[in-house]
Amino acid sequence: MTAADVEPRTTATAGGPVLAGGHSHGLRTGTPPERFTSRDPDAFAVPTGREEEWRFTPLRAIRPLLHPFEPTTEISATVEAPIGVTAESVPSADPRVGRVLQPADRVSALALARTPNAFVVVIPAGVALDEPVVVTGKATPGTTYAHLVIEAGAGSRATVVVEYTGSATVAENVEILVGDGAALEVVTVHNWDGDAIQLAAQSARIGRDGRLDVTSVNLGGKLVRLNPSVRFDGPGGLVRLHGVSFAGAGQHLETRLYVDHGAPECTSDVLYKNALQGEGARTVWIGDVRIRPAAIGTNTFELNRNLVLTDGARADSVPNLEIETGEIAGAGHASATGRFDDLQLFYLQARGIPETEARRLVVRGFFADVVERIAVPDLRERLMRAIESRLEEPA
Amino acid sequence: MSTLEIRDLHVRVAGDDGAEILKGVDLTVSSGQTHAIMGPNGSGKSTLAYSIAGHPKYTVTQGSVLLDGADVLAMTVDERARAGLFLAMQYPVEVPGVSVSNFLRTAATAVRGEAPKLRTWVREVNDAMGALEMDRSFAERSVNEGFSGGEKKRHEILQMTLLQPKIAILDETASGLDVDALRVVSEGVNRVRNTGIGTLLITHYTRILRYIQPDFVHVFFDGRIVESGGAELAARLEDEGYARFGVNETASA
Repeated sequence: MTAADVEPRTTATAGGPVLAGGHSHGLRTGTPPERFTSRDPDAFAVPTGREEEWRFTPLRAIRPLLHPFEPTTEISATVEAPIGVTAESVPSADPRVGRVLQPADRVSALALARTPNAFVVVIPAGVALDEPVVVTGKATPGTTYAHLVIEAGAGSRATVVVEYTGSATVAENVEILVGDGAALEVVTVHNWDGDAIQLAAQSARIGRDGRLDVTSVNLGGKLVRLNPSVRFDGPGGLVRLHGVSFAGAGQHLETRLYVDHGAPECTSDVLYKNALQGEGARTVWIGDVRIRPAAIGTNTFELNRNLVLTDGARADSVPNLEIETGEIAGAGHASATGRFDDLQLFYLQARGIPETEARRLVVRGFFADVVERIAVPDLRERLMRAIESRLEEPA
Repeated sequence: MSTLEIRDLHVRVAGDDGAEILKGVDLTVSSGQTHAIMGPNGSGKSTLAYSIAGHPKYTVTQGSVLLDGADVLAMTVDERARAGLFLAMQYPVEVPGVSVSNFLRTAATAVRGEAPKLRTWVREVNDAMGALEMDRSFAERSVNEGFSGGEKKRHEILQMTLLQPKIAILDETASGLDVDALRVVSEGVNRVRNTGIGTLLITHYTRILRYIQPDFVHVFFDGRIVESGGAELAARLEDEGYARFGVNETASA
């Protein structure tokens, strides 16, 4: 297998008026005119692997999640939360469940229909937190559904860190509500043991002038596939979707994001960086951004960069941009996949820095601009150390 | 007292059928001496610099390089630097996301064998940056990223100042510098030179030699030294260019 198979089906920047489907330089964008969503799992055919949204995912590994099952394990959550925050497990019939999510695939629909419980974190309106809310989920082996709701009331300010540990095969839905004028940061740390499998639909709605930062940190697991999607309920919203992934030998880390600009004067800023090391290391990044006719004044930019550290790894990168109004402030995307730069290594070594330390510096530097955006200093340092320790793994 | 001895050095571009670029270089550089290597484009003088530093693009096929008797060619790139060799590069490499201050401290720790004490280190860096007329904000920028040509060269000499090599090789350090920057960079080089190190100055043009006076001048042509002399040889090249070596290039600019 070659080191870096890049598939940038669209690579240019679009700035002017382009009709729906007109972008992508004559190639199929892969984004249907309107996403099909349903709460009925059987409204979705069982995927075969030929579908656009499944074609990169190793279906054999996730087969248990494609059909209804009785959970054989669960993710137990522990929470550190400042006073004023409520965090509790509730039955899935709770009215706070299902306000955001519109299942867009069979696994998500099955998980919504069948999860017995949901974990709900609420930051009340007007509350500004100095300390982050930390939710640590620990799984024991088995197959299960999970559901997480994070609600930031109007005008609130908070950071919520969600860390996944242990091992299981999980179909999860995450719903994020950002109230009018609220500023919410969500950091999901996928620190699974080596054999875990997680499929998670992360759906967010952002109120007027609300702001949402989501950073996904993918370190562990055999297969982790994240589907973040964002809608704006009013004008003035801002979303920043960020991710760092370190895929080691045999690891499949996939992100398929969808930002749906349907309200005016909103901004989306997408930045994902992946490093790959070892035989069969695999990352997939699909960035779909849609600007609907009503979304005048939209500003969007998305960037994916992949750093291939060894032979035998593969990174796919497909940015898609559909623009249905000419009155936008800006729209663009970029994607680049490259090998480790031997010249950087030479330069650092020529200053006496040993090779392993030089590689650490370069990889740390590669991820720095994403990790530095996380508002929790301890977490930043811990993540960098975790990434560095992944470098020690045999390729 | 240190000595860098280059004997009959032959170097090819790495790869199956890489061209031979160095065709038998002999040169000895000792502490306190400054040698200028001058030559036209493509003569191989930068290859000499990179080969001594251990650049992966080049393969040594014959000859030896010894630093105080130790086999430099058997060392990794970082071992060569820790042994006391320093290469100020013509094209310093950008390392995004790694701050200058982190880079300098990591390099100094590696070369000195222990982490410098924080308080004296901060003063040491600030003094060196001040002497090179570099703003303090420089330390927080990513290594060479977005640096102007002059900033890159100052940054190279800043490293040379802090790493205190035994033998420094300066590859086209004057290129792309305006008069003010050339003065600042040259003064920086001279301060380190005055501590008694050996210096190998590689340059196409004589301009930098007005600021950094060489003890010896060598003309490099077609992969080897073809003529050696004192500072007067540089003056002659300034007047005549490289015409008598069959190349229509001037040496003054």
